[in-house]
Amino acid sequence: MTDALTISGLDCFYDEVQVLHGLDLSLRHGEVLCLLGRNGAGKTTTLKAIMGLMPARQGSIKLDGMEMTGLPAHEVPKAGIAYVPQGRRLFAEMTVAENLEIGLNTRHKGRATRETVLEMFPLLRERLKQRSGTLSGGEQQMLAMARALCVEPKVLLLDEPTEGLMPSMIQKIREAISQLRQRGVSTILVEQRVDAVLSVADRVSFIENGRNRETVDIEQLRANPSAVKRYVGVG
Amino acid sequence: MAFGPHLLLAVLEGLVTSAVLALTALGLSLVFGVMRVVNVAHGELFMLGAVLAWAIATSIGGSPAVGFMAALVLAPLIVGAVALAAERLVLRKVNYDPEATIVATIGLLYIIQQLALTFYGADARPVPPPFNMRISLPWFGYSGYKLSIIAASALLLVVSWLVMTKTKAGLIMRATQYDRETAQAFGIPVDRVYAGVFALGAMLAAIAAVLIVPISQAHYLMGQDPLLLSFIVVIIGGLGSLRGTVVAAVLIGVSDGVISMFFSPTLAKMIATLLVAMVLVFRPQGLFGRAVR
Repeated sequence: MTDALTISGLDCFYDEVQVLHGLDLSLRHGEVLCLLGRNGAGKTTTLKAIMGLMPARQGSIKLDGMEMTGLPAHEVPKAGIAYVPQGRRLFAEMTVAENLEIGLNTRHKGRATRETVLEMFPLLRERLKQRSGTLSGGEQQMLAMARALCVEPKVLLLDEPTEGLMPSMIQKIREAISQLRQRGVSTILVEQRVDAVLSVADRVSFIENGRNRETVDIEQLRANPSAVKRYVGVG
Repeated sequence: MAFGPHLLLAVLEGLVTSAVLALTALGLSLVFGVMRVVNVAHGELFMLGAVLAWAIATSIGGSPAVGFMAALVLAPLIVGAVALAAERLVLRKVNYDPEATIVATIGLLYIIQQLALTFYGADARPVPPPFNMRISLPWFGYSGYKLSIIAASALLLVVSWLVMTKTKAGLIMRATQYDRETAQAFGIPVDRVYAGVFALGAMLAAIAAVLIVPISQAHYLMGQDPLLLSFIVVIIGGLGSLRGTVVAAVLIGVSDGVISMFFSPTLAKMIATLLVAMVLVFRPQGLFGRAVR
């Protein structure tokens, strides 16, 4: 069986500075794969490269065996990849409803999708007419996820969704990720702290200096957390 | 004439200026807001609209109303096509870099201006208004056509507002304006949005020009004043704010009308420019603009 997403030998540059050095990664169908690593290791760059927002100079990115490299950035989400960027990046001046509509427009989804998403995040239903910039941090994160789910993605990319949130919100975001996993959405989750992912991830890839050093199953990691010390530096 | 009627006349003249200015400035504001491109050639696209209006009205002949209506439809379309070509061939090639686009649009300004001089000449030529009707007020008669300019502009501004806030196209434009990268991550072809917005901005200027040309004649240097005034309006009103653009256009237009009539046009320009300086010092985001996040 082909993987949901396969990255091989990916090189990416910010101007002349190489950030990714032949990165390999595979995301299995229906799993939550976590990318762990220090600041500047290349986690966010990997997600941007998948979205076509960073040009790949070498290597390939395949979705269900279909080549995505070189596709214009706006075609990538249409193929079924949704992105929750770091810092949420909502359209802050727009209402909650308008943010969701932009998600729905991506792959021409309608009312049914919107209802499913709002059932997952009932809080947003009460806030539909509110300007999204005025939501609390946790609500904004939920909206960012809801907007991405309006794409009805095969693959979901989450960049530090729990960053800066209070513990009760972090719990809610984790629940949402588990719920998505049950529905068969394949997810790449970027995090800096291992405790944030132990309960939701299936596998963990350690990213260091733009390379995927090691991919381990979560049970293996629980039994032997030395890899975390080695690549992230904290237990 | 007593002071009251005199003031009324000045305000009416000012409102006509405001009407045309609001449309022109809206085009400039839209292009800067969405694309972050300072279009120095905006005034020349306005001029091109006026010159084309003359060419179309003259070549069609017959009743002034038919010629004018043809110009009102065709001139903006042609100007839009010219802008689209400029966007594809020039702005896109410099990757919308802020500095490069300023230089590029300065170049565009001279190209359009000199082409107009070459093919249209240095004369100022009028387009007959579509109808000649005088509205008699108790103190003086006023041109019905001038009042229709105010109405047409108000209608177009309302339509623009509805398009921006209620339609899918407006949603896409606003999304591109707020966050170009995230817009792309949701399937919005930012590249095509830019092309459309640049053409649309030029068409708004061209419509304004066609409306004004029966009053002020078409001339190859007529683009300079609208450019300066549009910048003033956009700075005072706040970039990307439709409401701010309209309020600032009315403010500048009416004060220009009143001060020009009672004092001098030079004083009106001085005060407008002073106002810009004040806004830039005390409220750089403009009266209705939001501070950069």
